[in-house]
Amino acid sequence: MPSIKLEKISKYICQNINLEILDKELLVLLGPNGAGKSTLLNIIAGLVEYKGSVFFDGESVDKLPASKRKIGYLFQELNLFPHLNVASNIAYSLRVQKQFRSEVEARVEGLLQVMKIEHLSSRYPRHLSGGEKQRVALARALALAPDVLLLDEPLSSLDAQASKYLRTELRQLQKKLGVTTIYVTHDLTEAEEMADRIAVIENGHIEQVGRAKEVFFYPMSKKVSDFIGAPNILDCTYCHSLGKGVAEVGCGGLPIIIPDGGNTVKRIALLPRDIYISETKVPGPDVNRFKGIITGIDSTDETVGLKLKAGENKLTAEMSHHIFEDMNLAVGKEVFLILKLRRIRAYEDKEQVKENV
Amino acid sequence: MNKLKKIKPGWGIVPIAVFLAIWEMVARLNLIPGHFFFPPFSTVVAEFYYLTVNGVLGRNFLSSLARVLIGFSTGSIAGLLVGTIMGWKDVANKALSPIVSLLYPIPALGWLPLLMLWLGVGEALPITIIFICSFFPIAYNTATGIRTVDKNYIQVARTLGASDMKILTTVVIPLALPNIFTGLRLESGMAWRVIIAAEMVAIPTGIGALMMRAESLIRMDIIIVCLIVLAVMCFSFEKLFTVLETKLTSQWG
Repeated sequence: MPSIKLEKISKYICQNINLEILDKELLVLLGPNGAGKSTLLNIIAGLVEYKGSVFFDGESVDKLPASKRKIGYLFQELNLFPHLNVASNIAYSLRVQKQFRSEVEARVEGLLQVMKIEHLSSRYPRHLSGGEKQRVALARALALAPDVLLLDEPLSSLDAQASKYLRTELRQLQKKLGVTTIYVTHDLTEAEEMADRIAVIENGHIEQVGRAKEVFFYPMSKKVSDFIGAPNILDCTYCHSLGKGVAEVGCGGLPIIIPDGGNTVKRIALLPRDIYISETKVPGPDVNRFKGIITGIDSTDETVGLKLKAGENKLTAEMSHHIFEDMNLAVGKEVFLILKLRRIRAYEDKEQVKENV
Repeated sequence: MNKLKKIKPGWGIVPIAVFLAIWEMVARLNLIPGHFFFPPFSTVVAEFYYLTVNGVLGRNFLSSLARVLIGFSTGSIAGLLVGTIMGWKDVANKALSPIVSLLYPIPALGWLPLLMLWLGVGEALPITIIFICSFFPIAYNTATGIRTVDKNYIQVARTLGASDMKILTTVVIPLALPNIFTGLRLESGMAWRVIIAAEMVAIPTGIGALMMRAESLIRMDIIIVCLIVLAVMCFSFEKLFTVLETKLTSQWG
């Protein structure tokens, strides 16, 4: 599978983009709507004309049309051919390449099994659910064993549960096949779960490229920080593994349970949107639930930010305007905080992160 | 609504039977002034039988049918080809669209005087009229159908390794079929309407000409026989394309 290199790419909003995707890597292209993510995928696929150069394994593919670039492209709308049944959709690329019928049938059969959709082979797309369509579209994109897989927000039309399940499957499949993959999304959670590395794109510029933790802990520009949301970063005074993949850390006098099995966590981080605020004590076990005092309120067009003091920690929480208006919150008021366990990021060694950046 | 759905197709014949019964009764009981001009249905049936047995109806019907089949098939094939090229290639569309747009609104019979002078009164005349009648609407509908296929399907096919010709034949034309069939269906019926009109005005054989001869002999029964034949043929041709369209697109359309 090739590495991909983009050199001085310009098209529409994308201007002078340089980016390298490593062999067999899954790079997530993360950015808000209209940032140029899909344009960049179309450029790599050869579906639009562009300035600059695209290299697969050091070889320029600028003169190759889309049909010769050996890419699998999963579009946001999936675009299954409505006039072909599932098996024929998957077989499409093989048939246009005039492969032998027996080879086509064997390959389609294999993909139906891998994607667990054997029972759908004779159905037409209009009779499929969103998740089933997604699987069929992925099988179709993989049919020719592409060198590069481009995924343009393929899970955006699915509900949260189906999306999470398919994300896990997709990641496992990508690792198994070892296909160099670019995954476009505007969803931070999706990006973190999928990525070997994340490239943050904003307004047609690559703002930062790095591992999820690097981007999360050390946003390199205000644009990245604004998009990701500046996290609450807390230093830990102790860390004890509790087994079963969780540990307790002490931060500013508060015992916090984190989703990390190690004993060496030095620092944790949590996005403002992942701190839940309540005026009354929320029922349930006293895990990651603390009292805090509101020390400030900042309002933006989209959200309301609350500055809080909990133990010795200064935290920022974020909520939507309509939730804020439903509550009676003011500076100096005592509130209850819940830190969302699965959203806490643990970090062991600051120097290690710096090297990676 | 559910009750309506349960009605079997065979029941569609009931309103026709009622209509024919009323017709027969009104004509027999002389309920319409000038009843001489309004023969009962049974007389029309008898005349239909007579015209069929003596071969007059068959001869004229086959003349009209041959003209429709030749004119419509050549016109629609040419329309499909030109429409496909116009829909697929922007250059062709820009070059041909003004011509098609200009000639398309001219009623087929509007060409008749000019064609009579160019071709004379022979078999080429009605066939050419039907050709023109079929060609422009089918070319227009085909081009529209092909142009309105979602471009994303074309992009997908391209990334799956398909050449332009493969994309056209395996994705674009199949997805344009509903539009194409709309043109074929409407024009197959229109071809019959036009041939009858052309035969009435300028051609001495065919169902239309038979109607004009019957008019001069004040034979309402023959005129009605011809009108029924026309109605049945328009309906049958349109139905044929409806069935074909359903067969080809019902599973996914």
